[in-house]
Amino acid sequence: MSAPLGPTGIATEEPVPPPEGAGLPPRQRLSPGQWVRENLFSSPANSALTVVFGAFLAWAGYRFLRFVFVTGRWEIIEVNLTNFLVGRFPRDELYRPWIAILIVAFVAGVGVGLSAQRGRAGTWWTRTKPAVPGLVLLAVLLVVAQTWTPLLLTAASFAVAAAGRLLGARLPLRTRRWMPLVYLATILAVFVAFTGWGGVGWDSWGGLLLNLYLGIAAIVLSFPIGVLLALGRRSTFPAIRLVCVFYIELIRGVPLITLLFMGALALGFFLPVGWPRPGQVVRAIVALTLFTAAYVAEIVRGGLQGVPRGQTEAAKAIGLSPVATTFVIVLPQALRNVIPAMVGQFISLFKDTSLVVIIGLLDLLAVAQVVTQQGEFLGQGLEAETLVFASYVFWTICYSMSRASQRLEKRLGVGER
Amino acid sequence: MTQTDAARAAPDQTRPPPWRDVRVLRVVFQVVFLVVVAWAAWWMFNTVRTNLRLSGLEAGFDYLGQPAGVDIRDSPFRPSQPVRDAIVVGLLNTVRVATVGIALATILGILVGVARLSSNWLVRKAAALYVESLRNIPVLVIIVFMYIAVVLRLPGITEAADIVGLVLASNRGVYVPWGEATGSVGVFLVLLGVALVAALVVAAWRTRRWNETGTPHHRLLWGGLVFLALAAAAYAALSAPIAITLPTREERVVEGGIALGPEYAALLFALVIYTASHIAEIVRGSILAVPKGQTEAANAIALSGYQRMRYVILPQAFRIMIPPLGNQYLNLTKNSSLAVAIGYFELTRITNQIIANGNPAPQSILILMGCYLALSLIISLFVNIVNRALSLERRT
Repeated sequence: MSAPLGPTGIATEEPVPPPEGAGLPPRQRLSPGQWVRENLFSSPANSALTVVFGAFLAWAGYRFLRFVFVTGRWEIIEVNLTNFLVGRFPRDELYRPWIAILIVAFVAGVGVGLSAQRGRAGTWWTRTKPAVPGLVLLAVLLVVAQTWTPLLLTAASFAVAAAGRLLGARLPLRTRRWMPLVYLATILAVFVAFTGWGGVGWDSWGGLLLNLYLGIAAIVLSFPIGVLLALGRRSTFPAIRLVCVFYIELIRGVPLITLLFMGALALGFFLPVGWPRPGQVVRAIVALTLFTAAYVAEIVRGGLQGVPRGQTEAAKAIGLSPVATTFVIVLPQALRNVIPAMVGQFISLFKDTSLVVIIGLLDLLAVAQVVTQQGEFLGQGLEAETLVFASYVFWTICYSMSRASQRLEKRLGVGER
Repeated sequence: MTQTDAARAAPDQTRPPPWRDVRVLRVVFQVVFLVVVAWAAWWMFNTVRTNLRLSGLEAGFDYLGQPAGVDIRDSPFRPSQPVRDAIVVGLLNTVRVATVGIALATILGILVGVARLSSNWLVRKAAALYVESLRNIPVLVIIVFMYIAVVLRLPGITEAADIVGLVLASNRGVYVPWGEATGSVGVFLVLLGVALVAALVVAAWRTRRWNETGTPHHRLLWGGLVFLALAAAAYAALSAPIAITLPTREERVVEGGIALGPEYAALLFALVIYTASHIAEIVRGSILAVPKGQTEAANAIALSGYQRMRYVILPQAFRIMIPPLGNQYLNLTKNSSLAVAIGYFELTRITNQIIANGNPAPQSILILMGCYLALSLIISLFVNIVNRALSLERRT
């Protein structure tokens, strides 16, 4: 019998291609009127809810839009935009952040180009949509800046990113394996761009730059410590397990601010006499690193638990040593699974970097509070404007990253293998 | 040579030499590790002691008995009282924020989480907007905003905003209704406890009867009525020991109710709205995590929408919800330490002040960490008890 069986088991004349979304009931297409009835006024209670909620939302939305476009006095942001972004960074060294941005744009372009080689998922819109909040923020910043230089340099960054993307699309695919190293090298290169050749030490960094730097430095430094702690927590040696569990649970039980205080107020007491006393930024990094390491350890532990036992047993069966088993077989699989969770941890760490305002560093939040004390803005109650602006910057970065991690989770198929 | 010969002759009776014996090596390695850790700890301890001595600070904990010299607003605490008492005041203030905050955040979080699953498009999207905007802003920014841009911007006391006659909001603080003791409150509270026990006993009896005979139990109704009846009787018998007073303003003085200081109000609201956005995600995720087959099975046996939620979905969702919910309670408690930025006198703020007054920092921060660790452990304990009560009995 050559004719295929139809859905009812009766042979049909022609092979019927399975409809889109085979196995699912057909999607109903609703007219706008039906849609409104279905989603907003399906029952009396629902209608009441819609009316009350709609009125409240309209009022809140009106108030908010009025604040943003009419009553808000945004000159304070315009005047202080550079302060918000880089704090007290010397103004005649501002080409350094731009060099860093160009480097990052190029490497990011190469990365995108490389990953695009394996075929793109989704339509143009689904690929661009996650970047929309970031692009909007960029547009807002450029509008607020009101000068040509940033606009030109932004255009240059986009051009460099496009060049990097073209290059990435032509690189052999095996280059992908080296990308993590390239990213690390990029972080170093950015650091050199800021500090090298008579540059600016990090104690003069501030604003958003400081938040980003603290977050990246702490996550990079805490990663190896966290992996070691996670391995230690799963060790067969009770003594090592005990010490690791003690550290992890101790850190997770206390607020970050106590560690920051420990770094800012008490670190000096823990260093022997005669040793140099580190600056405030280093102290903050030490505290953030020690804090994040415990959380990274728990994430990595979750990843380690997700690696099937059979992997370890197979490694043993082909005669790998325990060290080789851990670092060649188990860890790579575990780390692959924890990438989305690590992005989540980075988001929360990035949000937590705003706490350094309490130990006196001039981060984005601190700038938002300090600028209202400037002579020309003093006593005008402009905190609402500056804080809303700071929240908006934080929000865009965190929201974009959380969306990216959700996409990553889907693409890596975490929990599906 | 003799050893290897012997090993060859009877391989399972002789052990390898100790430097190749895994069992020995394991112990040796762990002992060495512990010695190194202990040495590092001891070295650090000595360094701290030396440094403290060099700075003219004491290395022990005797400073806890010295006068604190801290002025705590809205508290009978006097600066001449010892450091120890200041820490206790701070701990109580932290607990005051954490308990109220946890209760309010849970209520708001569940409401928003359920709203995210509403069939009403507007409600669903509004809840999503709430969650996505608050979750991605640092909690400290929210706290500072709430304090500087909301609470301090409230109208002055003379034209305090009156919210349906229950709440008075001004930049001097927020006034809410409160019970005022007019008689023997202690006895009344004991009687309330008795009423609660009686209600539980009645509910347990109804449940047992239900199990035995199958008649509807209505245990909430019965228990609630018993409690209310007993409470009302006690209230009448003691001739109204507690009177609910509403805050009322006369010129510059507010009478009745209880005042929440501006710092406390700002911290509480900020923590509640921030934590609620996280709790909402947990609630939504837990309800969605109940397998779809459960809904379909409930529909197949013709349960109503309410019955499906009440007897099939929610009991399973609660089980999934409890551990991450406990994490959020811990986070809220730990985040209350951020009040140091707006000047509410809780544990961290007071410890900061104590250090600034010239007391040794390492010990003070150690005590601070110890307090938070204790709070964390207590919350974990409660969460674990609830978790165990709700978890399925595993049959092996």
